[in-house]
Amino acid sequence: MSWHRKHLLDIESLTAEEILTVLDTARGFKAVGKRAIKKVPALRGKTVVNLFVEPSTRTRTSFELAAIRLSADVINFTTEASSLKKGETLKDTARNLEALNADFIIIRHSASGAPHFLSRVLDAHVINAGDGAHEHPTQALLDTFTIREKKGKIAGLNVTILGDILYSRVARSDIWALTKLGANVTLCGPSTLVPKTFEKMGCRVTYDVDEAIRDADIINLLRIQHERQRKTMFPSIGEYTQLFGLNKARLAKTKPDALIMHPGPINRGVEIDSELADSSRSVILEQVTNGLAVRMAVLFLVNGGKELHAAEAP
Amino acid sequence: MLESTIILDAAAIQRALTRIAHEIAERNEHSTEVVLVGIPVGGDHLAVRLAKILSGIWNHTVPVGILDVTMHRDDLDSRAAPTVHPTDIPFDVNNTTVVLVDDVLFSGRTTRAAMDALNDFGRPRKIQLAVLIDRGHRDLPIKADFVGKNVPTALDEKISLLLTESGAAQDEVILKKK
Repeated sequence: MSWHRKHLLDIESLTAEEILTVLDTARGFKAVGKRAIKKVPALRGKTVVNLFVEPSTRTRTSFELAAIRLSADVINFTTEASSLKKGETLKDTARNLEALNADFIIIRHSASGAPHFLSRVLDAHVINAGDGAHEHPTQALLDTFTIREKKGKIAGLNVTILGDILYSRVARSDIWALTKLGANVTLCGPSTLVPKTFEKMGCRVTYDVDEAIRDADIINLLRIQHERQRKTMFPSIGEYTQLFGLNKARLAKTKPDALIMHPGPINRGVEIDSELADSSRSVILEQVTNGLAVRMAVLFLVNGGKELHAAEAP
Repeated sequence: MLESTIILDAAAIQRALTRIAHEIAERNEHSTEVVLVGIPVGGDHLAVRLAKILSGIWNHTVPVGILDVTMHRDDLDSRAAPTVHPTDIPFDVNNTTVVLVDDVLFSGRTTRAAMDALNDFGRPRKIQLAVLIDRGHRDLPIKADFVGKNVPTALDEKISLLLTESGAAQDEVILKKK
């Protein structure tokens, strides 16, 4: 076991051992969800603030339920109903929340690095729930958890991430986590959305979708992030579906045990055929279940973590 | 430099477990109500061994469960998060006599957490406590019902149970002095 961090800000700075610690811990928490009494007292008396400055249902609900199952009190804070709309800075909003003795701040923000900034100005534990196109660490942790549970390992597996890589924080976190754990990562999508520069992160880039998924053990589909694209990056949705969408004909040419993953929200009929999303090859809903266990594990682990000075770091 | 002494060897561990099993059998008239619940790490393997001996005495199988207590500990804020082990209680604990099995009884805080954790699974009629080693220094009013060996220790000493089930070459209980 090795976890001494006070915050979870990104996957990039984690070691493979730290990632595995989260996955092992999450296994214990997944079992808690199957009990008659699904609540444990590990964070009794703690206050968790969900500071979501960008819309989200899945991640926010998942964090909220994770905190509740650990017996913490939860406050939800969304942009629509916040002082940020009235011109308050992020720092002031967060310090006000801390003045209410919040112990954990879970932040989603459209600006990359917002969680890192908060971790420098606050005493509370900060957890990144997605910052701009930078990282979405708990998504990568639940993805690796799901892969390990389904395939029994991660090292040596071929994982293909298909779709909008450029604007995807999930892709970046997944690439860091998967490469650190020894998977072979292939990226595929329209060339405007999958720049060759991603090869520097230790993965392979290809624009031939059939080749990209042929030997894949895992096919991880990503949504087109319309909200982050400043201009149209490909001619039309219809063309995207035709060239890169996962359909029955394409899936027939893959390994028979290749699994389909998607961080959600899925756009049926765009990146994936509606029928395939509900098929036995899809583990999309299990990802949601596992997300809860992983987020419980993250809250539990950072709670015991202390701010370490460089000299004390393990 | 750590100085270590073997306080129980394989044969002594086996003798202690056999005696504990007979004491459990003597204390519990209604053998079918008894279930064993081991606390990882260590107690889970000991519970399996005790169940084997007890089933020989009673001529029926004795249910064994594993109970992880880390989420119920009272020191979660003051230490790095402990390893979470899976909990597996494959039976209904309501109206049973649960014998909690742990390797070493020290402050009593693990036992308190275990009783708390057990509550989430139901209401046993009775809870009893079996430990291989009682090393003293209790922080809480907790006492074991069945003890393999009482070992007076200093606070800075450490007791480790090595079992073949967890990969050790042979069963041993070791006392390490600072």
